[in-house]
Amino acid sequence: MNTAVETPVHTHKDHEGARIGMWLFLFTEVLLFGGLFLLYAVYRSKFPADFHYGASTLDTFMGTFNTIILLTSSLTMVLACASLERRNRRNASIFLSITILFGIFFLVNKYIEWSAKIHHGIYPNSEILQTHTPGESVFYSLYYLMTGLHGIHIIIGLILLGVMLYHVRRYPRRKVQLTNVGTNAVGIFGTNDETLWRHKEEETVETMNLELVYRSNEDITDTLMIKLENSGLYWHLVDVIWIFLFPLFYLIT
Amino acid sequence: MEQKNNRPFSTYVGIWLGLLMLTVLTVTVAGLNLGSLSVIGAIAIAAVKSSLVIMFFMHIKYEDKVFKIMLALTVFTLVVILLLTFADTAFR
Repeated sequence: MNTAVETPVHTHKDHEGARIGMWLFLFTEVLLFGGLFLLYAVYRSKFPADFHYGASTLDTFMGTFNTIILLTSSLTMVLACASLERRNRRNASIFLSITILFGIFFLVNKYIEWSAKIHHGIYPNSEILQTHTPGESVFYSLYYLMTGLHGIHIIIGLILLGVMLYHVRRYPRRKVQLTNVGTNAVGIFGTNDETLWRHKEEETVETMNLELVYRSNEDITDTLMIKLENSGLYWHLVDVIWIFLFPLFYLIT
Repeated sequence: MEQKNNRPFSTYVGIWLGLLMLTVLTVTVAGLNLGSLSVIGAIAIAAVKSSLVIMFFMHIKYEDKVFKIMLALTVFTLVVILLLTFADTAFR
């Protein structure tokens, strides 16, 4: 009986470099939103009354609720990273799934908010807004632009986290070739590593060849961890941007 | 990554609780009608909240110096752009 164990190939990667690269990208995101915040600040000082009025029409409860959702999703995200670093693939995928659910929840609330506003005829260049003051028009344009761009970031983040969930659950895999094993070895499917090696020693007259693919917590690579950590950084940045969007649009009335 | 991130889950939960309390605080302060102070208050609280996320959730506190320098440089650039443009438009 022969066994050949293929362990994942470990290549050296510069993980600090990977994190620096992610941070550099995040800085460009900060400047992208920074430009919009600047636009907000300048127009706010130009039309203070209209901005006050505009902010008072937004649903503070909904905004607060969404803030709590995003803050909690950041917590579950960091717990997913921490779980993976503790070599616990199962907990990592659970926390990651919760993070994704919170993200979807946030978008659903945003959809409800937007459709309520659009239902009332308040959207960029709408007939109702054209009869209002220019300042109000600018306020709602910025509202749709900034929360919309933020929403696009949430969607990108969700796609990223979905891919990561797949990776955390599936990869890396360990492949084992078993040749001439006893038929009783069929029983090893769906069991853990220890069972595999116990059956290895047994031999019977009837033999067969098996290829076994299984996943082990021992196989969590540094590459997988840095991928998850960088995805987490992106998710947290989206959270940070919302932390500023929330008071500027919903609270300062 | 030599297991540098083995901080207990309770640290993160504590930060999260702090963030929730600050959210409640910022909503409460906004309801007080403090005038121009409320803008400064809201932005100050948002700055504290985002620093908590950046420091602990994004691990900047535990990163090398180069990360902190890069972050400081970005924040500085952003503040300069905001202040200079704002000063320009405000006194036109």
